[in-house]
Amino acid sequence: MAPVLELRSITKRFPGVLANDHIDLSLQEGEIHALLGENGAGKTTLMNILYGLYQPDEGEIFVRGKRIEVHSPSDAIAAGIGMVHQHFMLIPVFTVTENVMLGEEATRVAGILDRAAAAARIREISEQFHLAVEPEAYIKDLPVGVQQRVEIIKLLYRQADILVLDEPTAVLTPQEADELFKIMRSLVERGKSIIFITHKLREVMDVADRITVLRRGKVVGSTTPREATREKLAEMMVGRAVNLEVAKHPPKLGEPVLEVKDLVVLDERNQIAVDGVSFEVHAGEILGIAGVQGNGQTELVKAVTGLRPVMEGSIRLLEEDITRATPRRITELGSAHVPEDRQQDGLVLSFTVADNLVLCTYYQPPYARGVVLQGQAILQTARELIQEFDIRTPSPLTSAGSLSGGNQQKVIVAREFSRPIRLLVAAQPTRGLDVGSIEYIHQRILEKRDSGCAVLLVSSELDEILELSDRIAVMYRGKIVAVIPGEKASKEWLGLLMAGVPLEQAG
Amino acid sequence: MADEQPEKQEKKNAGKILLEELTRGPSAEGPWWRRAGQAMLIPVLAVVSGLILGALIIIFTSEEVYVAWAQSPLLGIGAAIQVVASAYGALFAGSIGDPVRIITALQSGDELAIRRAFNPFLESLVASTPYIFAGLSVALGFKAGLFNIGAEGQLFVGAIFAAFVGYSITGLPAIIHIPLALLAGALGGALWGFIPGWLKAKTGGHEVINTIMMNYVAFRLSDWLLSGPMKRPDSFNPVSPTIQESAMLPRFFEYPIRFHLGFFIALAVAYMVYWLLFRTTWGFTLRTVGANPSAARYAGMNSVASIMVAMSLSGALAGLAGTNEVLGLNHNLAMAFSSGYGFDSIALALLGKSHPLGVVLASLLFGTLRNGATRMQVVAGIPIDIISVLQALILAFIAAPAIIRTIYRLRVPVEAEEGVFIRGWGG
Repeated sequence: MAPVLELRSITKRFPGVLANDHIDLSLQEGEIHALLGENGAGKTTLMNILYGLYQPDEGEIFVRGKRIEVHSPSDAIAAGIGMVHQHFMLIPVFTVTENVMLGEEATRVAGILDRAAAAARIREISEQFHLAVEPEAYIKDLPVGVQQRVEIIKLLYRQADILVLDEPTAVLTPQEADELFKIMRSLVERGKSIIFITHKLREVMDVADRITVLRRGKVVGSTTPREATREKLAEMMVGRAVNLEVAKHPPKLGEPVLEVKDLVVLDERNQIAVDGVSFEVHAGEILGIAGVQGNGQTELVKAVTGLRPVMEGSIRLLEEDITRATPRRITELGSAHVPEDRQQDGLVLSFTVADNLVLCTYYQPPYARGVVLQGQAILQTARELIQEFDIRTPSPLTSAGSLSGGNQQKVIVAREFSRPIRLLVAAQPTRGLDVGSIEYIHQRILEKRDSGCAVLLVSSELDEILELSDRIAVMYRGKIVAVIPGEKASKEWLGLLMAGVPLEQAG
Repeated sequence: MADEQPEKQEKKNAGKILLEELTRGPSAEGPWWRRAGQAMLIPVLAVVSGLILGALIIIFTSEEVYVAWAQSPLLGIGAAIQVVASAYGALFAGSIGDPVRIITALQSGDELAIRRAFNPFLESLVASTPYIFAGLSVALGFKAGLFNIGAEGQLFVGAIFAAFVGYSITGLPAIIHIPLALLAGALGGALWGFIPGWLKAKTGGHEVINTIMMNYVAFRLSDWLLSGPMKRPDSFNPVSPTIQESAMLPRFFEYPIRFHLGFFIALAVAYMVYWLLFRTTWGFTLRTVGANPSAARYAGMNSVASIMVAMSLSGALAGLAGTNEVLGLNHNLAMAFSSGYGFDSIALALLGKSHPLGVVLASLLFGTLRNGATRMQVVAGIPIDIISVLQALILAFIAAPAIIRTIYRLRVPVEAEEGVFIRGWGG
């Protein structure tokens, strides 16, 4: 059977980079074809060519055996190709119907919008593919997972039968991701075909029918989940053997470093987000906080690092009460913080890499003498850290904003880990990063723990929590519902606890 | 995720883009001359484009050209060239000096003639001086993420303080009286900047609104003082007493040259602002708070203090602009003595990309244009207002670098596409 979609020898050059180098790809009807590769491997470029956002320098595109020219997204849509971007293209103050209609408005006489007709079709699509979307709901009121389904409905509404999903799980919780995979399955069962772009191995193994791996703009191989293993895929992606299971020594527990007692913290809307939480983190151990995003982890981290006021309870760091301490005092006591949102909190994107590397220590010797900054000392340290932490940047004076996500995170890790610290608070330390960077950062976190640092790890990636933590605390609706030893925890069990099933029943 | 190419360009709020351009750190790699060249490219091209468009406006608004055009197109073009040449020639002679006149004066050896020949250039520097102070004021605010629209009001309050210290204290030697008066002026401006800074830091009241309101308070305050408490006793006009001679900034040449110490003070202050912003921990804090307030908080910086300090310093610089006019030129405080330096300074900070050196260069340009415009009006009959139009055009080009990039087919620097998130605007 002829493939639904075929890309032949697609080549795209950008100044200084060969983004796509004679890429061949074919998509069969009714299959989920995963396009796997690290950040910068050329996945997004290839899909932007398919969607008409870029023109290829060489190569051809065939849909159902017929050669097509794609000069713009409307050409792509006409050929039945639809794309869900990583960042949703939705208008928050419009309803689902209005968003779906946008650009293809159903009208009655004299251009009056026919919302009812559109809503009816949306309901029909939603039922057919088990999408469970309410046409009258406003986008801003919907959870991210549902917003994504609206994007999918948009494509189906335009009768696309080749769907391209660009990193669709990056913004989802594990549960939402599983939900999405079910939807993808039901889509292909009904004759749609899907290209699924990702860099997450687990997802590929779970959901793909076929896998094509890209590295540095080239296809390095095609395989199926049955033939492949996670290790083999990782190796294809990165180009060298990757250690997915980090070697971990048993912890050497020291004295308690962080003691949190009956902590109550409010969120931005003044609702109780952390509700009477108590725990300790000892020197030399990693305490992982698992939980679906939005169960108080963010506020807990902010309270511990001094960025949110504490309503009740107390926090002690190395015997000192830091309940009301300023962020700077907490930092100076030997606490490091890898923030959840690196671009918002962790970096000043317009500043140079060097300035970002001293963001928390710029006022101390050797970086400052009195109030005078010592440019040479800052540059010297920056060069060393760039070397040591393998930050890929043209120079220490490049602006942080022009680095890739992985390298931005390395800048933060380099800054926070290179100080003499006693407590490390790492929130979502590997979110959105590729396999190579994740491996690297995990290694570094374990090194810190082995050197006697107490680590508080907050992550919504269960794999990460399970892999690194010595003890795991599960947070649900602002409370810690269970604390269990790392080796005893299983993914299913944690999943149940995270979903609010009481410990007795979950166990 | 972050593939190496810029993804679809998201529409950004204009204010955000503007702040982004302004808070960007000292520019990136390469030898200094290339960095300087890159930084100046757009402003220089904007000025060139502004002058070209200005020439077109001069052509289309002059009667002679139409008359000549009616006779023959060739004559029309000739007349157009002539009118532009005479206008810009007069602008040049009035601001830099007439080369012929300079040479004749030097040959004649007549001192007064020489001074007169060089006066246009020196007078341009005099006109640039308040621009430098005020431009630095706004630039410093921008770097700290603040829109100080209140430079004009701070300038008035600075002038009031300086004038008061200037005329009321007697018997001091100049070496003490001048610094004292300067300090008073800076203090007055700082006070006027501190109030909106304090409101912003403590209550979140937006500085744009509050500085504008403070402008009106300052204007009426000076009106009241000049018609009452600070009024010169022997005068019917609302003007303050003349300041003591010991408070006057020394002039370097005899009549008619007014060139005075203020210009060099301005340059020194520009260097100090540069040093403060880029070479001290205070500046680092200020710039971090300006570029990314939440990262500043994360890094343990005190943004409340930073905002208050930045607004006070910004106010002090604007105060010095007024002080300079009182101590250096007018020697008294008159009603509405400022010709909008505080407002033009916003343009200057933009043109100078908020860098002290850029502000000095931009101020020299504006001062020169302003100064030459008088002669242009007298000699070529081109209304002085064309200069305002020119300034507006230059500014429009600066504020919309995309236009310049399109006209001159420049490549967009990679960093310009990066999504830097800045809050100060509108919040």
